[in-house]
Amino acid sequence: MLFYGTELSSRLMLGTAQYPSPAIMEDAFRRSGASVATVSLRREGGRGQGFWDIISGLGVHVLPNTAGCHSAKEAVTTARMAREMFETNWIKLEVIGHSDTLQPDPFGLLDAAETLSAERFEVFPYTTEDQVLAQRLLDAGCKVLMPWGAPIGSGLGLNNRHGLRMLRAAFPDVPMVIDAGIGMPSHAAEAMEMGFDAVLLNTAVAQAGDPAAMAQAFGQAIEAGRMARGADPMAPRDMAVPSTPVIGKAWL
Amino acid sequence: MRIEVNGEPRDVASATLAAAIKELGWAEARIVTAVNGDFVPLSARATQPLQDGDRIEVLTPMQGG
Repeated sequence: MLFYGTELSSRLMLGTAQYPSPAIMEDAFRRSGASVATVSLRREGGRGQGFWDIISGLGVHVLPNTAGCHSAKEAVTTARMAREMFETNWIKLEVIGHSDTLQPDPFGLLDAAETLSAERFEVFPYTTEDQVLAQRLLDAGCKVLMPWGAPIGSGLGLNNRHGLRMLRAAFPDVPMVIDAGIGMPSHAAEAMEMGFDAVLLNTAVAQAGDPAAMAQAFGQAIEAGRMARGADPMAPRDMAVPSTPVIGKAWL
Repeated sequence: MRIEVNGEPRDVASATLAAAIKELGWAEARIVTAVNGDFVPLSARATQPLQDGDRIEVLTPMQGG
């Protein structure tokens, strides 16, 4: 599975915000094996250079975001600035529609995705599980989709399993990343078992009591879930079926 | 002239964005710029004129999710 032509060594994409310290963040990346780091652009206050040096030293792919943008225009301008700063065509496109749920504004998202794709950006759109919107984003030129699991930072996991399953089945060949709402490694494993290609998370690791250990747990869960998906899981059934052979049982 | 830099009013003597960036002490900084909501690439800063009341954003890499 390629993400805009790039094979990733790990299917964990990890955020860089909210860690107790830069050293703990570095440790989290190292122990999880995450292959992608999300970053943002904010007003220069004198701390940007040091942060950038740390990120560069991680040796991972950088995925800039447009976090906090509430209009297509803001997101497009931020993406253009990010491309110059980070020297990548990748952009995690967020156009936020509601400040409580941080849910994507589907109309602004599509508008921005069309503009950016035409400018040869490689757009990772933060979207809902809506299939119609997914098709429109693909038509706009997106070659990756990032449906949410649950609202950003909520830790609720996969809120709409049915919708996510339907989305996965509708576009089996499109690389899809579950982005946002993941709280526990089991959520990430489940996403991978459902056939999603990667998981992007931040808060669940950064806000854990031991972020580096939690990061490692996520890395292992994602690997386990991915392997399980590839191993063709059994179908669930309602009735019990004995696993020990009945033939040859003693007559007692 | 008075412009707004990252939301704060600043008085600068420079007539271009490139000169203002230098005047504000960011000549060596790892930054990207926008004027009045539009991206101004590094290559265009020297020819980007500034006018009284312009809003400049000077951004740098930061933590993100």
